[in-house]
Amino acid sequence: MSTLQVSVYRYNPENDDAPWMQDFQIDTQGRDLMVLNVLQMIKEQDSSLVYRASCREGVCGSDGMNMNGKNGLSCVTPLSEVVKNNRLVLRPLPGLPVIRDLIIDMSLFYKQYERIQPYLQNDERPPSIERLQSPEDRDKLDGLYECILCACCSTSCPSFWWNPDKFVGPAGLLQAYRFLADSRDTHTQERLSELDDPFSVFRCRGIMNCVNVCPKGLNPTRAIGKIREMLVRNTA
Amino acid sequence: MVINILNPGRNGVADWMIQRASAVILGLYTIFMVAYLLFNPDLDYAAWSGLFSHIWMKVFTLLALLSVAAHAWVGLWIVATDYIKPAAIRFGALLFVILALFVFVVWGVQVIWGV
Repeated sequence: MSTLQVSVYRYNPENDDAPWMQDFQIDTQGRDLMVLNVLQMIKEQDSSLVYRASCREGVCGSDGMNMNGKNGLSCVTPLSEVVKNNRLVLRPLPGLPVIRDLIIDMSLFYKQYERIQPYLQNDERPPSIERLQSPEDRDKLDGLYECILCACCSTSCPSFWWNPDKFVGPAGLLQAYRFLADSRDTHTQERLSELDDPFSVFRCRGIMNCVNVCPKGLNPTRAIGKIREMLVRNTA
Repeated sequence: MVINILNPGRNGVADWMIQRASAVILGLYTIFMVAYLLFNPDLDYAAWSGLFSHIWMKVFTLLALLSVAAHAWVGLWIVATDYIKPAAIRFGALLFVILALFVFVVWGVQVIWGV
């Protein structure tokens, strides 16, 4: 059967009192398309549907959404990976306010990212060419710098759902550790003292939803564990 | 406000360590109790009362009791700040929890030293 049943979350606050699900029949001609291709075909049927997308190859992180209950990037998620019983349900990323249809307001997500000061801070005088780093120190940043901030992890995290204003969330904490682990950054103590309250880091209960959904295969739970270890060492 | 007033350590690291340390103590106490009951199948009042008459057993039991209180306090504070959003209701619930734990500890001390 090549006709796919797709159910899409629709909500336009200008016209709708409440969100609703709209059904579409999409003829995939038996091809294993990416979910984003299906959305483009839906857009041809109903141009009022809106979603974010840009690079369509898993680099920009714009098209994070919830596909059959699991967060991911629609552009790099083949139908064969998510479709069950010929049905596909598309919803916006959970836990953040919906602006319209599949588009969410990511202000809180960015606020938490901003809070961890995601840039190199070094008080020492800059050398004439560049700050050098040994290959071993550079290796410590692997698995951290690749994050594209698509928010799939943070919006799959119950701790972030309950306290998005206080818990930094897996994406922000992965970046927090990226700068804590950087041998060229001298603000380790200041960074740690911003994170030792009961919410920022310690709301992580280690359920690893973030690891389960990350489209780049990164491991925020491990990074959070390392931050916790640094905080405990710093105190004890 | 609740975060500042009713949070024991006011620090995530302290809370985290309290929870781990109290869990270890409770684990040891549980293992000891299970082992004791297994090795004493025909336990009677005299033996049970004899066990609790030792000062080390009183100290160990008190330590376990305080661990229950600390562990429950940190854990329920986290649960409450996750799920109870209206500040007044959360404050009331946490007040109830801390009063109940206080009563259990005082009552428990009396029971332990009553043997």
